[in-house]
Amino acid sequence: MLEFAVELFSDYTARTILLGAASLGIVSGVVGSYAVLRKQSLVGDVMSHAALPGIVLAFIIMGVKEQLPIFIGAALSAVLAVFLINLVTSNSRIKTDSAMGMALSVFFGLGLVLLTYAQKMPDANQAGLDKFLFGQAEALVEKDVLIIGVTGLFALLVVGLFWKEFKLLCFDPDFGGTMGFSMKSLDLLVTAVIVSAIVIGLQTVGVVLMSSMLIAPAVAARQWTGGMGSMVILAALIAAVSGVTGVALSAGFENVPTGPAVIVCVSVIAFFSVLFSPNGFFTLRFKDARSRREIKKDYVLKALHDLALEHDDPGYAHSERLLALGSEKGFNVRKSLSQLKAAGYVERAGEENWRLTPSGIRQIRELSPLERSG
Amino acid sequence: MSPHQFDIQLLAIIVAASCAIPGAFLVLRRMSMMTDAISHSILLGIILAFFLVKDLSSPILIIGAAASGVLAISLIEAVNRARLVKKDASIGIVFPFLFSVAVILLSKYARNVHIDTHSVLLGEIAFAPFNRLILSGMDLGPKSAYVMGSILLLNLLFISFFYKELKVSTFDESFASSIGFRPRLIHYLLMAVVSLTCVGAFDAVGSILVIALIVIPPCCAYLLTDSLFRMILLSVVFGISAAVSGFWVANWLDVNIAGSMAFVCGVFFLMVFLLAPQRGLFGIMREKRKQRMDFAEASLLVSLYNQERGESVKNHPDSRSMFRSADFASKVVEFLKQKGEIAVAGGKLFLTEKGRERVRTTVEGR
Repeated sequence: MLEFAVELFSDYTARTILLGAASLGIVSGVVGSYAVLRKQSLVGDVMSHAALPGIVLAFIIMGVKEQLPIFIGAALSAVLAVFLINLVTSNSRIKTDSAMGMALSVFFGLGLVLLTYAQKMPDANQAGLDKFLFGQAEALVEKDVLIIGVTGLFALLVVGLFWKEFKLLCFDPDFGGTMGFSMKSLDLLVTAVIVSAIVIGLQTVGVVLMSSMLIAPAVAARQWTGGMGSMVILAALIAAVSGVTGVALSAGFENVPTGPAVIVCVSVIAFFSVLFSPNGFFTLRFKDARSRREIKKDYVLKALHDLALEHDDPGYAHSERLLALGSEKGFNVRKSLSQLKAAGYVERAGEENWRLTPSGIRQIRELSPLERSG
Repeated sequence: MSPHQFDIQLLAIIVAASCAIPGAFLVLRRMSMMTDAISHSILLGIILAFFLVKDLSSPILIIGAAASGVLAISLIEAVNRARLVKKDASIGIVFPFLFSVAVILLSKYARNVHIDTHSVLLGEIAFAPFNRLILSGMDLGPKSAYVMGSILLLNLLFISFFYKELKVSTFDESFASSIGFRPRLIHYLLMAVVSLTCVGAFDAVGSILVIALIVIPPCCAYLLTDSLFRMILLSVVFGISAAVSGFWVANWLDVNIAGSMAFVCGVFFLMVFLLAPQRGLFGIMREKRKQRMDFAEASLLVSLYNQERGESVKNHPDSRSMFRSADFASKVVEFLKQKGEIAVAGGKLFLTEKGRERVRTTVEGR
């Protein structure tokens, strides 16, 4: 494996391909952040599927597998799909999710129809066309990487220039509107930037999985940071690393298509972040459990104290069963008691009974100072 | 029509009908994109089950696939529970992952099996009828028609048994739970049914175009009726007609059948969207134009009426300055003249008795 990696990085072709994958990652990480923050993740999915008929049509019209026309065709048909979704949702009671489902499947269906048609064309050198479905990074040549780089730079430049406007668009478009920015044109601009990211990913990742390349890095980055700038940078980093790793894996093992390999890498990072980041699923569960434990401990401590005060002796002992009586079902009083004992707040007094220690009394008076006199 | 073509169409009709039935509920529940997630995720189940039993026609494949559909839904909901992931993003990261794993397994370990990455996307309805059900030497038709037929039957049973529950929980979830239905249970049952349907349809139309057959026919129906029952019926009709005409279009152009079915579905929707009597785009535009004209006519009549009675308007109303363009103004005047509600004398406009009557009845409500 190591040998293979060394070979990969020293080989010129391999370097070109990896460079392409890394730049693609950076662009989709940055641009995808906007799609995710604007809750438009699935629009990316629709657009990438909808690019297919444009790709094939460009090929049928031009007759060659030339990069630029294919990029333009892909972008146009993706934008057309978004336009149709807006047209349908704003002029009928069809909801956005249905409109997206329709656009995705109809455009993709048309793409497949055209693809099968193109494959029957007599002199067609269409062999590589279906590589656009799942992506084939090995086919990247220097010129492709150049186009990826230029398109990507353009997208990044737009993001940089409109940084604060895009931020407004994501978080408070109404406020942005009152500030005098045209939210409609900004929306269009963001769509254009997303489309350009999708288009440059088509060859490496493929139409079917490109959306995930936009969504997953941004979702992962969002888990770790709340700042816009740090989120964008982190997403770009995650996507670039996944892109390079995925391409290397796909090249290293036989019969592993690039797109799925890249997506598995980026998804693993995303799932890990969703589960284990400071705001993640498990972390929150853990925090919840801890605070529940604390509350229960305090409850038992207070109950012991209240009972003891009835006897004018804060150190008066009470049975565990009595404590359990006043609490909810399923409340494990014994567990809380043993935790309190470990903290030195209570001590056993005989077989079944417990009483507060002096430090436990101090603790409860600190917790509820108003009841000190009581 | 050759027997083979007949078989394909029969299969297409069954698939389309069984997709349209749960589809109606998905569209109403705003869960159309869940289909996308399910139809991608089932591939993993199919492949894992295949590795287990090494037999493509085993029913375990169907169970495995349906299970992975439900698994995907639960995963999406679990991811969604993390505080910082929105619903759409959680759909968007779960299913591409499951699908990628499936595609990798497929291309790496299942090279020579009947399923490959192409049939996953394209479907192979043209080959499906070759697999016949033969009982004691008798050819009883294509096997997949029986599988799909059972799924259709199951869908029909499901909605007839749970029609009331589905209806209430679709339109008013909190009411449903307050009267003792269990919307969560219904939700998962529906998801299981959708998964099963996707699995069945998978063979015929591939994983992506299932979405077309599930989402588009109900959308067509949704623009034509307000009744749930009629919507389901219409969905089935649209689905079946799109599937059959899609087949013939594909046959005629010699292109991929599933793609062509999806495309025809889209054409159907476009027609409904434009031409539906009340909710079609043309109908809406006509209605808007009519309202605009009505309003303009009424405004002119009222200002003439007020002027006549010496109220509020000092000068004679100038139709040209009242409206956004001189063109539109003269159109309004022309219309009113034709109706006999105003008259022109000396370059000025006057109400006729008919016009006065209209102001009184329609505008003042007397």
